[in-house]
Amino acid sequence: MLILECPYCGVHAEETELHAGGEAHLKRFGPGSSDDDFENYLFMRENPKGVHFERWRHVNGCGKWFHAARCTMTLEVFGTYSAQTTEPPKDICDKISAKRPGWSWRNFS
Amino acid sequence: MSTRIQTGGRLIDRTKSVTFKFNGRKLQGYAGDTLASALLANDQMLVGRSFKYHRPRGVVASGAEEPNALVNMGEGAFFEPNQRATTTEVFDGLTATSQNHWPTLEFDVGAINTYLSRFLPAGFYYKMFMYPRAFWKHVYEPFIRQSAGLGKAPKQKDGSDYEHFYAFYDVVVIGGGIAGLQAAKTAAAAGAKVLVMEQTADWGGRAVVDGAEIDGASADAFVAATVAELQAMDNVTLKTRMMGAGVYDHGYLLGYERVSDHDPSLAGPRHRLWRIRTAQIISATGAIERPLSFAGNDIPGVLLASAVRDYLVNWGVSIGERTIVVTNNDDAYRTAIALKQAGLSVPMILDARKSGGGALAQQARDMGIRVENGKAIAKVHGGKRVTAVSICDQAGEGVVLDTIGCDAVAMSGGWSPVVHLYSHCGGKLNWDAEQVMFRPDLTRMPTNQNGQGFVMPAGTANGEMSTAATLADATARALDVVAALGKSAPTLTAPTAASEDAAAIEPVWMMPQGANIKLRMKSWLDYQNDVKVSDVQLAAREGYESVEHTKRYTTLGMATDQGKLSNINGLATLSGALNADIPQVGTTTFRPPYTPISLASIAGSARDEVFQPIRKTPMQDWHMANGADFEPVGHWRRPYCFPRAGETKAQAVEREILQTRKSLGLLDASTLGKIIVKGPDAGKFMDMLYTNMMSTLKVGKCRYGLMCSENGFLSDDGVVARIDENTFLCHTTTGGADRIHAHMEEWLQTEWWDWKVYTANVTEQFAQVAVVGPNARKVLEKLGGMDVSKEALGFMEWADGTLGGFDARVYRISFSGELSYEIAVPASQGRVFWDALLAAGAEFNVMPYGTEALHVMRAEKGFIMIGDETDGTIIPQDLGLNWAISKKKEDYIGKRAQERTFMVDSKRWKLVGLETTDGSVIPDGAYAVGEGVNANGQRNMIGRVTSTYYSPTLGRGIAMGLVLDGPDRMGETIEFPKVDGGSITAKIVDQVFYDKEGTKQDV
Amino acid sequence: MSNAVTALNGAKSTGYVTVKEAPLTGMITLRGTFASKGFAKMVKSVFGTDIPEQRKVSKGPEATVLWMSPDELMVVCDYAAAQDLVAKATAQLGDEHALVVNVSDARAVFTLSGAQLREVIAKEAPVDMSQFEMGEVRRTRFAQIAAAFWLEAEDHARIICFRSFAEYMFNLLKNASQPGYEVGGW
Repeated sequence: MLILECPYCGVHAEETELHAGGEAHLKRFGPGSSDDDFENYLFMRENPKGVHFERWRHVNGCGKWFHAARCTMTLEVFGTYSAQTTEPPKDICDKISAKRPGWSWRNFS
Repeated sequence: MSTRIQTGGRLIDRTKSVTFKFNGRKLQGYAGDTLASALLANDQMLVGRSFKYHRPRGVVASGAEEPNALVNMGEGAFFEPNQRATTTEVFDGLTATSQNHWPTLEFDVGAINTYLSRFLPAGFYYKMFMYPRAFWKHVYEPFIRQSAGLGKAPKQKDGSDYEHFYAFYDVVVIGGGIAGLQAAKTAAAAGAKVLVMEQTADWGGRAVVDGAEIDGASADAFVAATVAELQAMDNVTLKTRMMGAGVYDHGYLLGYERVSDHDPSLAGPRHRLWRIRTAQIISATGAIERPLSFAGNDIPGVLLASAVRDYLVNWGVSIGERTIVVTNNDDAYRTAIALKQAGLSVPMILDARKSGGGALAQQARDMGIRVENGKAIAKVHGGKRVTAVSICDQAGEGVVLDTIGCDAVAMSGGWSPVVHLYSHCGGKLNWDAEQVMFRPDLTRMPTNQNGQGFVMPAGTANGEMSTAATLADATARALDVVAALGKSAPTLTAPTAASEDAAAIEPVWMMPQGANIKLRMKSWLDYQNDVKVSDVQLAAREGYESVEHTKRYTTLGMATDQGKLSNINGLATLSGALNADIPQVGTTTFRPPYTPISLASIAGSARDEVFQPIRKTPMQDWHMANGADFEPVGHWRRPYCFPRAGETKAQAVEREILQTRKSLGLLDASTLGKIIVKGPDAGKFMDMLYTNMMSTLKVGKCRYGLMCSENGFLSDDGVVARIDENTFLCHTTTGGADRIHAHMEEWLQTEWWDWKVYTANVTEQFAQVAVVGPNARKVLEKLGGMDVSKEALGFMEWADGTLGGFDARVYRISFSGELSYEIAVPASQGRVFWDALLAAGAEFNVMPYGTEALHVMRAEKGFIMIGDETDGTIIPQDLGLNWAISKKKEDYIGKRAQERTFMVDSKRWKLVGLETTDGSVIPDGAYAVGEGVNANGQRNMIGRVTSTYYSPTLGRGIAMGLVLDGPDRMGETIEFPKVDGGSITAKIVDQVFYDKEGTKQDV
Repeated sequence: MSNAVTALNGAKSTGYVTVKEAPLTGMITLRGTFASKGFAKMVKSVFGTDIPEQRKVSKGPEATVLWMSPDELMVVCDYAAAQDLVAKATAQLGDEHALVVNVSDARAVFTLSGAQLREVIAKEAPVDMSQFEMGEVRRTRFAQIAAAFWLEAEDHARIICFRSFAEYMFNLLKNASQPGYEVGGW
């Protein structure tokens, strides 16, 4: 059962305080977008064995959404960070690089 | 016979005798006894029957690994099956019965299976029960159900209480033997917050039984001193009767505390499940002795050598007067020596090793015990009790050299470290060929959220077998853990013990080595599930190469003991049959819990009134007092209707509807969601949330709106009121309040975080009452305080004011088609306000109505209901709600999705009204059939019913449904087949059945 | 208002920790930008205290302010005073983007008193109660429902949850604090 530190309230919340929200850093495609873009946005998801970026909500807590970078294999958590960003921050990427050299996820590495 | 000897028994208090019952017989034991030791003290060797052959079974072990001594404990509300006698402490008044036999333990009809055993080999059930197919239901399944299972399921509700407890530590040490205590001391000295748990009632583990010497004193003295030292430390918690049940990700650990099993007269919960988070775990769980595989090794009186020693030393119980010891390692000599020292007879020690044992063997010889090297047991004689042992050469095929009378056999096949907790979360093992055991590979430890190893085995659990090595390893591993915590330990003088001159163990997986099939068919691996050496060999011959498959085919290790005694022996037998090395065949996966824990402890306190949260409105007490029939809506319980004396529910619903339409009805609408959306960008946000244009809504007005998911499907609906320029109040469905609030926050926090909008879920701030019917205005005017006339408060408007002295917000909205006001007052005044409405409405014969009347009235008006007309695949366009979808807006959540080809497909089923030709009611969920058949030969479906009711207002069945080309087929009839044959025909009509012009609600 | 009642009419249970439903309590949700001067000024002047630090409680003479999230506070005050305070706060904020709403009726409040109250909380909430400090507020779950709690003294805690769950919360706490159910050393 996971523990993630909520970057908004600082609580090391266990999974029962959290709500999983799927893949992080999706770019929304609205009216006017192509069928492919919309399909990718709405349905296509990464299913990595290793480094992954996810959305979580501290639902039984401060109620804030945040992002988590973790390893789906070992469940190691590389860091949690603000939900209000379109890509993983550099310090998180650096941490991952230190532990998982050569990692890549979507177009991030 | 097994009996209590005159002296000894370090755990029992001979001054305190206890009385208990086994199979109705009154027996005596002492405080400190386990049920197993007390039974053995009373010569009750036979404790149960095996699962498949109903073989007589006696106690074989002395702890958690016991496969045989499973009993029914307690009676009535305190009955529980499959309790291990070896881990059950006796108390005055304990009652237990044996399991899996009929009619009696001594004479069991099922034992016939043992004579049929050659017809019941591994995989028998799979092979036998395949054909003929019809036999499964009528012959095989009833037979299996009759004979399956060991204990019986309890018939009464559990009379005990259970609870959870959340606790947090730096280090949790599992196991209170010398390794655990030493490790705890080391970690505690470094300042770590430490919990030490021991599954039994006593500290010390094996070392105190074996009489080890530590720092020149007895192990008992070391244990007592260390426990005292730990007890004195503020940062250490010591818990006995607590088992490390399971290790999970990120340092999550379940501690299973048996609070009052040993004394049910204690107040409090029976079990407490500790839900622990810890940075580091030290698994000082010791080792379990393995049986040897020889013919008749399951006959009562054949025990693990260590168990024989435990019963003697801990409880002063001798298993027999004449005990033959058989071993492949030095440790079993300790049993022989202890027995001899207690004045019991040990006719012979059979050491399978040609070269024999080390210093302990010499000591045994010096005491006058006959030791035979390179010898083995060919066969144990006896039925319900060992009577003799035939001896052979280990190297041979079982030619009997001699037969010696005895009434007990103490066997040792070596020791397996308890690696379960280390392995639960993925810790890997290595095969140690020298010590003949799997031991933890510390380079492949389970890792936590920081990528750091967090389950450290220590002492014997780490494969260290001597006292000296165990203590040294415990200290070293604890220092590793301290370092992992980023702490440092002060230099402590590590305790020392003398080194032991032991001869190496030799692997002995079958006894004798060349045992013939007759012997192999009597050599048990898994006592509880009756798996023998021959079964595993058969599985190998039939092509089962993976240990996981073999396990399932033979059921080896699948009993309630999870193969604690049988796994390694079974694995070795399989690898022998496959001619492969043990590590190549691999191990099965260790899964939590370590031993079965009560299901009730997992549920904790969640039972009865706190089984799940039931939400109550401020008026709930009134509903309950007035006979409401409730239905669950999310966690709420809403009145379905209010039946009066002698009324059916249908009659009550009818009465409530007719009276509401005729005069006045009240609905407790407090459960409807109420969410405030406020900010300079609130209008923009509302336009994205709803399919409608909400930003143009005028202050003081209300508008019905639809919300969709990003996938385009209709998700919720409700009336929006504009409170001021920057503030909206959104009503949601009862079930939607939390979900929609979360949906709003999600979009605001993760997509439009720069928009200036705040939301607040104020659902519970207000009690809300719908005052409905032609007399609604009159009753409000009677309460007085604000102008609720059509001119002052028109349809789809709201106003703040006071009504009968209550601060109220009044919405003129209608879900019934009648003149209707929804009135919100502070929740704390909800009940008095409700009472005030009832009093004022008395002259109009006011009637509270429930959710069913609400549903029928909305269906009469053709209003959709989320969850009836929608099911997660329906878009608003399917429901003819295009009028509520803004064409002007560039975007809203779900708009792009609704532009997809299959969403704009004209062949999507569309909502229409349905009027049965004979006035009857279409069954719920009925489908309409059209011409032709589909690829499966089934009639083509052309629609389905979404809402169907008897309308008291119209005196006939009405329905709404989704129908292919429905709106274009007005007046046509379609056919709905019924489940019981026959069908109903219905005419496609407009879905508004009542007051099409809407004149009644707008008066 | 004199005719206002709490969800459970002041229910009480006396176990090894005493559980009581608190009388009507004023509660106000404040949402705004903590860094904004106007917002901080409003909190100070209307509620008599500073915006609390992350997960902390700050106490004014007539109001206690709880940190709920980086943009949300909850004010706990006298029930009768809540509506006026809301009006004052709203007036003072003027055009500033913020939300002030009276939620006094939306929640039930419980008090726990007794030396061992920490362990009663630890039976229901996944929180390290051995480290929990005075002056801290924690939003979490109690068994199956969301709740928040803080300590008013070493032997006195307050717990709030949504009003409709009042009975569930009361029963949870009552069961956990029955005499004989003490955990003891932990």
